[in-house]
Amino acid sequence: MNGSPVARPDNMTKMSSAGGPREEGRGQSLVIPGDDLGSSEEFVPGHGAMEMDGRIRAVKHGRISKREGSISVNPTHTRYIPKPGDLVIGYIEGCTNNLWFVELGAPFNAILPMSLGPGKIDFGGTRSVMDVGDAILCRIQEVEETHSSVATMKGMGLRKIRSGVIEEIAPHLLGRLIGKGGDSLRRLKEGTDCRIVVADNGRMWIDGELEGILEVRESLNSISDKPQGGAN
Amino acid sequence: MGGYGDVQMIDENGLRVDGRGPGDVREITIETGVVPVADGSCRMTWGTNEVIVAVYGPMEAHPRKIQRQDRAVLDVAYNMAPFSTTDRIRPGFNRRSREISKVTKDALESVVLLELYPRSKIRVSIEIVSAEAGTRCVGLTAASVALADAGIPMTDMVVSVASGKINDVVVCDLNKEEDNYGEADLPMGILPNTGELVFLQMDGDLSQDEFKQAWDYNVEAANEIHQLMIDALSGGDSQ
Repeated sequence: MNGSPVARPDNMTKMSSAGGPREEGRGQSLVIPGDDLGSSEEFVPGHGAMEMDGRIRAVKHGRISKREGSISVNPTHTRYIPKPGDLVIGYIEGCTNNLWFVELGAPFNAILPMSLGPGKIDFGGTRSVMDVGDAILCRIQEVEETHSSVATMKGMGLRKIRSGVIEEIAPHLLGRLIGKGGDSLRRLKEGTDCRIVVADNGRMWIDGELEGILEVRESLNSISDKPQGGAN
Repeated sequence: MGGYGDVQMIDENGLRVDGRGPGDVREITIETGVVPVADGSCRMTWGTNEVIVAVYGPMEAHPRKIQRQDRAVLDVAYNMAPFSTTDRIRPGFNRRSREISKVTKDALESVVLLELYPRSKIRVSIEIVSAEAGTRCVGLTAASVALADAGIPMTDMVVSVASGKINDVVVCDLNKEEDNYGEADLPMGILPNTGELVFLQMDGDLSQDEFKQAWDYNVEAANEIHQLMIDALSGGDSQ
């Protein structure tokens, strides 16, 4: 099971929002819904912001981030909402003859059709490949307007997870775990000699020696307990 | 209302039974993140009122027939604990708690961006731990803090506060005695940034001038309370 890394943190932080707020620099202040962020002539509203009567107002509780003329709010607490292309760790929660239902920690379960499953599967044979309770590493292929999403296991390194442990942290803390350009995560991997795959839905797969896994857990706890502050 | 008209509740200096002036609000504390398993939560004390609000979601709405294809549904439950007053309250819903759940839901629906989460449900549980007077206002105010804590997108916070009339004097934020023996009560839900109104009820009679005075007291108090909400949410105790 110890091949090449499934997902490289460097890529992940560039490709997805799992890196969390990337705008560094002090003085990012906390806002609450309804707070005035400026004139809509100056900025374009981004995530967590909305234009109302010519002013931009925050719609979420979080920190302001300004970038290239757009102003957005990085929420201090949020639920995971799937986006196409996200790498996620899910649990099989049900299956029919030709598809699985995958629990992602999001408001809705994703479906994983047999055709996008791992390898060749015969009709009716879904359960023998992955059964209820199994953990899988998959990618979000498609998200509909109604929030139903389709997952896929076709792709590099996407697989059923058979070893190691799965840990969970709040999705908004992922940025702190990964660090700038994946620095913190790389250090954690090197320091503990573990293989760590961080998924966008706040779950991570840790594989390695027991001592290493315990060390990773300890550092995760310290991330979760630390009060918010500074750049992130 | 007004059946106890001879009860003197404002002294010659214009002070009320608990020593407050006519426009003063009882002491308020707000704390977020008090229910660790919830997505967002808030404990609010307002005088001797105490309320805990927990927010869960957005999550899949069950049963399926309550799902809306174009927006999320809010499920607001206001409940008073049996021990919250000196007379024990029978557990479970009653006519009053259903009414307050409904008006709270209507008020919150006008600020929460429900259309972002079709087919989902956002559950808001308001639990009154200790009741004095004005629990619907405390519940609504605390619910909007808990929703913000849960990262639910909203166009504004809702601040709810009541003013009323005792001994023909308009006063802000009635306490239990004033609520019981007073002549009128006007709870309002105000959006502090825009000054819009999302909730208004009135019990008893107020003249136009009195109504205007009560309105002004409420708006003034709402701005004060809004500042406390900002402080609570930026305090760092919320994850």
